[in-house]
Amino acid sequence: MSSLATYFSMGGYASYVWTSYALTAVVMVGLAVSTWRGMKARESELKVLQDLTPGRRGRSKDTQG
Amino acid sequence: MHRFANPARFLRLAAAIQPWTAAATVLLIGAGLYFGLIASPADYQQGQTVRIMYVHVPSAWLGMACYSTMAIASAMALIWKHPLADLIGKSAAPIGAAFTFLCLVTGSLWGKPMWGTWWAWDARLTSMLILFFLYLGYMALANAFDDPTRGAKASAVLALAGFVNVPVIKFSVDWWNTLHQPASVTKIGMPSIDPSMLLPLLLMGVGFTTFFVTVLLVRVRSEIMASKIRAIRLMQIHSTPGAVASGEVVG
Amino acid sequence: MTRLSEIIRRDLRLALRQGSDSIMVVTFFVLTVVLFPFGLGPETNLLERTSAGILWVTALLASMLSLDRLFLADYEDGSLELLALTPTALELLVIGKVVAHWLTTGLPLIVAAPVLAVLLQMNGDGFATLVLTMLLGTPTLSLIGAIGAALVLGARRGGVLLSLLVLPLYVPVLIFGVGAIDAAVQDLPSKAQLLVLGGMLLAALPLAPWAAAAALRQALE
Repeated sequence: MSSLATYFSMGGYASYVWTSYALTAVVMVGLAVSTWRGMKARESELKVLQDLTPGRRGRSKDTQG
Repeated sequence: MHRFANPARFLRLAAAIQPWTAAATVLLIGAGLYFGLIASPADYQQGQTVRIMYVHVPSAWLGMACYSTMAIASAMALIWKHPLADLIGKSAAPIGAAFTFLCLVTGSLWGKPMWGTWWAWDARLTSMLILFFLYLGYMALANAFDDPTRGAKASAVLALAGFVNVPVIKFSVDWWNTLHQPASVTKIGMPSIDPSMLLPLLLMGVGFTTFFVTVLLVRVRSEIMASKIRAIRLMQIHSTPGAVASGEVVG
Repeated sequence: MTRLSEIIRRDLRLALRQGSDSIMVVTFFVLTVVLFPFGLGPETNLLERTSAGILWVTALLASMLSLDRLFLADYEDGSLELLALTPTALELLVIGKVVAHWLTTGLPLIVAAPVLAVLLQMNGDGFATLVLTMLLGTPTLSLIGAIGAALVLGARRGGVLLSLLVLPLYVPVLIFGVGAIDAAVQDLPSKAQLLVLGGMLLAALPLAPWAAAAALRQALE
């Protein structure tokens, strides 16, 4: 148990080392999650719009291509 | 080149690559964390704080790599009027800004025990700070126009102007730093890299890169859908003349 | 060449008719510099040591004041579109505008700088270098600024945005401008720093008008 404690204390620099890793984790996971959510939100919005205007669906693809 | 300009083809390609890069990210960063936090020794000079390097240095790499990606995408957007290149530049910017921010904060957390201060005007940190401002300017400009395509084009020019300037800024800051080297502050030298340290550094570096690729692909997908949404909205406005007034508010 | 001088003369005429730009820029420069002794304290040594930095940072901010209007008036009243239709290259238009901007803001700053250097107790050895660095540096600022001014045309909050875009790009000019003066004050050679400043001006001279013209074309599309 004490060896685990010495490990987590990081030679007295625990607050610096673990804060760095925690912050990196928060920023990267936050970026990934917000990106994924934004994509899903647009996907569903697009779906609703395309269902609302079924006749124009084909035409919209033409202008996109 | 233009084979990939087709959004549908890009979407298929992205969908095929994405699971692999996502899995690689998890594996590489997992292995990097194991070797970085457990299976590598402490540096004999910097002690355990050297472990901050395994997140700090890859963040710096990615902060610079994202800017290069943006600049290349911007050049392609301006020269070949490549519609996807605009979206890639716009999508890469927030990721690069996030990594540059991480590099600055972890650098500060590394500096406190090593320099005895949260911030020193160290040449590398200062250059990263200016790079961070370049990202902020890019993102502010990209979002400053009512018409998103105009924002994309303006920010593409800015990304290239910034990219040309980056070496000049780097050179200036290095010169300025050697001139004003404070006597009390010792530089964080890169520790003479032991193979046991190189392995986690490389694992994290590649892992951060695959993370960047994964998030970039999702963001570009998102941007493609956003432009489709705009196109449909515009068409609705034009096809129903009565809706023009309300449409302007939406658009 | 005659087209170029026509553009410059037209802009100068407009600036002179409105009359206020140069005076405002110089007033801002003087006022801001005078604030520093109040903030830092009037000790001669401290002011002497910081004078080059204070003058350059303030000059940087002052030269940005009128930048957002560089192309704005012509953009809004449509004359930019007309100019773009003439056979004159937009690059030439940018150069003309930059020269006019420098003559109305950069040059007055250079005239005011030595007077302010006296107020800031700058060492006498630094004066010539101060003027020289500003002669080499302020045109670069106007050139880089023109890119920013062209980019923010039609943007929301263009003025604030412009400073966010342009200030990071000004850093090298600031570093070498101050570096040259500091070297001269310490009786060290400042030729290398001046050469770098000149090199940056030479590089910006073709690149900045090209980039600014590209930005203008997009604004007009």
